[in-house]
Amino acid sequence: MTISAPEATPTKLEQTGQLGYKKHTDGGWGVVPIQTRSDRFRSTDVADFPALTGREAVWKLTPIDRISDLIDGELDGGEYAYSATAVDGVDIRWVDRDDTRIGTAGTPEERGSANAWTRFEKALAVTVSGEEAKTVRIDRSQFGIAPRAAHVLIEAKPFSSALVILENTGSARLSENVEILVGDGADLTVVTVQQWDDEAAHLASHFTVVGRDARIKHVVVTLGGSVVRINPSTHLNSSGGEVEALGLYFADAGQHLEQQVYVNHDAPHTRSRVTYKGALQGEGARTVWIGDVLIRQTATATDSYEQNRNLVLTDGTRADSIPNLEIETGDIAGAGHASATGRFDDEQLFYLQARGIKEEEARRLVVRGFLTEIVQQIGDADLQARLEVAIEEELSGTSLTSDGR
Amino acid sequence: MSVLEIRDLHVSVETEQGSKPILRGVDLTIKKGETHAIMGPNGSGKSTLAYTIAGHPKYTVDSGSITLDGVDVLAMSVDERARAGLFLAMQYPVEIPGVTVTNFLRTAKTAIDGEAPPIRHWIKDVKNSMKDLRMDATFAERNVNEGFSGGEKKRHEILQMELLKPTFAVLDETDSGLDVDALKIVSEGVNRAKENTNLGVLLITHYTRILRYIKPDFVHVFVDGRIAEQGGPELADRLENEGYDRFLVGEATTA
Ligand SMILES: Nc1ncnc2c1ncn2[C@@H]1O[C@H](COP(=O)(O)OP(=O)(O)O)[C@@H](O)[C@H]1O
Ligand SMILES: [Mg+2]
Repeated sequence: MTISAPEATPTKLEQTGQLGYKKHTDGGWGVVPIQTRSDRFRSTDVADFPALTGREAVWKLTPIDRISDLIDGELDGGEYAYSATAVDGVDIRWVDRDDTRIGTAGTPEERGSANAWTRFEKALAVTVSGEEAKTVRIDRSQFGIAPRAAHVLIEAKPFSSALVILENTGSARLSENVEILVGDGADLTVVTVQQWDDEAAHLASHFTVVGRDARIKHVVVTLGGSVVRINPSTHLNSSGGEVEALGLYFADAGQHLEQQVYVNHDAPHTRSRVTYKGALQGEGARTVWIGDVLIRQTATATDSYEQNRNLVLTDGTRADSIPNLEIETGDIAGAGHASATGRFDDEQLFYLQARGIKEEEARRLVVRGFLTEIVQQIGDADLQARLEVAIEEELSGTSLTSDGR
Repeated sequence: MSVLEIRDLHVSVETEQGSKPILRGVDLTIKKGETHAIMGPNGSGKSTLAYTIAGHPKYTVDSGSITLDGVDVLAMSVDERARAGLFLAMQYPVEIPGVTVTNFLRTAKTAIDGEAPPIRHWIKDVKNSMKDLRMDATFAERNVNEGFSGGEKKRHEILQMELLKPTFAVLDETDSGLDVDALKIVSEGVNRAKENTNLGVLLITHYTRILRYIKPDFVHVFVDGRIAEQGGPELADRLENEGYDRFLVGEATTA
């Protein structure tokens, strides 16, 4: 059989993604790590971590010189101003460090996270109860420019249901830990949105532990900030637990946006889906995605899939995409990963242009469509609408003309 | 009276091994309201002709011309050609993740007309056209071509053609992969467009069966990058009985 032009561009998802990407070459595909992910050193005390060299696995792709205050410096760990919608079944209050829930979802694996843990004075505790669905929005816009530590605790009581949105705007130099406790049978969505000012720096480690037959949807949306690094880890240590981890990031010139996503399958019949999508435009726009999935011997009949896709809009950008899959049991229901970074698919542009749509608008449609998959899954119409607008603004920040072809 | 003229067209494709000549002197004139069938074996260059008319960047015109009412089509960008009234129903329609059919159709219609269509009219038009093509209403909210079956993709191409109302449409193997019911539905769509807008059609096909439902005024046999023979509808019947062997043998002996 002869193959005509469009057929010659493969569109198989596994291989190249729907945008005609090439597989990323410097990913850690199938490489056995020296140390299993769960064996990493952990401590809540910053003094237990040596000073950084920048060569550490968790830091080597991060511009640590731009955030040394957060990693090494004194941090203000006191209360900060926030505003939240009042919702039945959601209690929000400051709690002391000795709250018994603190430290039960996870503990720091690196110095920046430990520094925040060492310095925070009060934790902002969000406690969700009641089976009916509800949405609570917590706006944080008052951090200011002094380096800060924060600790957030989100607990969903057994069988409760809620969507918790953390909206971050304004200026900030913030290192924080977010603990998320999902009780048995609970259904919790946590969305963290970073639309910081241009100069902001934000390090966050999210630790989620998922109860029996419980479900967490965790969404990271990062559009604004100079250096933003959000590392969500999820421990599936009860049977039937499920995580859907979604991410969307849009890096402009000079921005460094990073996420290290870790799913630890520890119990049987657990399920994970990780989907992160990013767009990059402008000189020095930089993104990092590292996705570790560990399926332990105890985690039989688990089902996991992780993917990261990056769409490069201009020259001068760099996207690192590194999936790692560690499987310690032969008995799994499914495990897969995909990673791709690429430019526009010419066939998509041609199709749209062949319907009269101008090249520039065709490019916008493709990018918007690419990112919309994540936006659509957030589950809050108001936030989704605002993000669509924000993405539109990001897109109009550059003229999306073709790359000199 | 609109006319699409192709004169001594030579086209090559960029491959990894370099430039490969495919079309070797195509001459074709299509007037509005006429239906021309182009029939030929696989690999003879039919899709290359279709893509060249639409302006796909992979194909390079080495010589010759394409004009629409005397205006140089080859000087136009892909989207300009579409706005000038040319439409290509693709053999392999492309998936556009995250872009709904509704959004896509409205954006395309707005681009073609130069202004947004009046909303109530437009919604009704889309609904009716979808109904005519036996497309479920839920289609509108799906992403363009994503997860569509082969038949659904082809109906979606015809839907676009009916809504965008081009002057000339090139249908590249719209019939291939369709069962007989879908073939009839798609053919009805083409016939409606011919009737309603006096569409000129360049119907590219490998088989004769679609010609039972769409009556061609002219049949061109396409072999090795050029038109080897042309005639009326009776030529299709001959091909049905004899196949392409006659032309291919001729090729072999002259080679
Ligand atoms: N993009 C391409 N890259 C390489 N070869 C191509 C490409 N497009 C077409 N060809 C070659 O050109 C010839 C004609 O192809 P095509 O126009 O698709 O024929 P048809 O549609 O009649 O089957 C074939 O030999 C095909 O392999
Ligand atoms: Mg073809």
